Amino acid sequence: MSLSDRLVTPFAVVTSLLIGAGLWYALFNSPVDYQQGDSVRIMYVHVPSAWLGMMGYMIMAGASLVALVFRHPLADVAAKSAAPIGAAFCFLALVTGSLWGKPMWGTWWVWDARLTSMLILLFLYLGYIALWATIEEPQRAGRAAAVLALVGSINVPIVHYSVIWWNTLHQPASVFRADGPTIASAMLVPLALMALGFTGLFVTLLMVRMRAEILRRRVRALQLALGDQPAFGDQPTLGEM
Amino acid sequence: MDGFFSMGGYAGFVWSAYGVTALVTIVLVLVARVDLATQRKRLAALEGEGARRRAPARPSKPLNQQP
Repeated sequence: MSLSDRLVTPFAVVTSLLIGAGLWYALFNSPVDYQQGDSVRIMYVHVPSAWLGMMGYMIMAGASLVALVFRHPLADVAAKSAAPIGAAFCFLALVTGSLWGKPMWGTWWVWDARLTSMLILLFLYLGYIALWATIEEPQRAGRAAAVLALVGSINVPIVHYSVIWWNTLHQPASVFRADGPTIASAMLVPLALMALGFTGLFVTLLMVRMRAEILRRRVRALQLALGDQPAFGDQPTLGEM
Repeated sequence: MDGFFSMGGYAGFVWSAYGVTALVTIVLVLVARVDLATQRKRLAALEGEGARRRAPARPSKPLNQQP
């Protein structure tokens, strides 16, 4: 893990630069939409949040699969550490989407397939986090949570294809399409910068959280070795979410 | 500059979206950093405790009686 220790600072610097540049383009240096006006600027935080919310789940489910099949302890740590980050981005996608929907669609919320499947994604994250918090012994907690993550992964393609399979109020994809992006390049630049910046933020946070989780397990092992009760519940820290 | 802050009439929506994103991002970073520092401190304390217990010449209070 010393490698990831050394990578955290450069990753944090690059992430800050990408988000800084992205914000400059998103807020100052990109055109208004001919129909949506300035409200289109919400896209530059909404779309990357939604991507990262889904990517986080794929990382979590992929790591859970590795943890179940190969029993590699680091996979378990990665899955657990990714969950709160993915949940936060999923939550941001829902909130910023709502703030964009009100002026553009005339409603904060509608039970269409895209919005509903995204809400289910958030609930899957919360269920996964709750399961980890409920079972005291890390090996057992990890196995139960991994199964939940894998079962829930069926929802990821549903989120992605919901705008094609069903008639949704939400628009279909305009960047990752078979026939190329249908979005103006002046808008693609800030969107790409913000997406890369958010990805960098995700990776940096994941490295820090994994480091903390490994130390937490070492603390637990030492407490058991010293004959003390492991501090489960009596010393909760926010990071144990 | 007025146009920038008013966001063409969508100020409330645009700035709320950026505000909540900034807030959640900052909380994510702070939680991760505080947690890492906490685990480092707990581990250092436990490793010190383990070393003291292995050295019987210098008895110390059990861990659960320490502040």
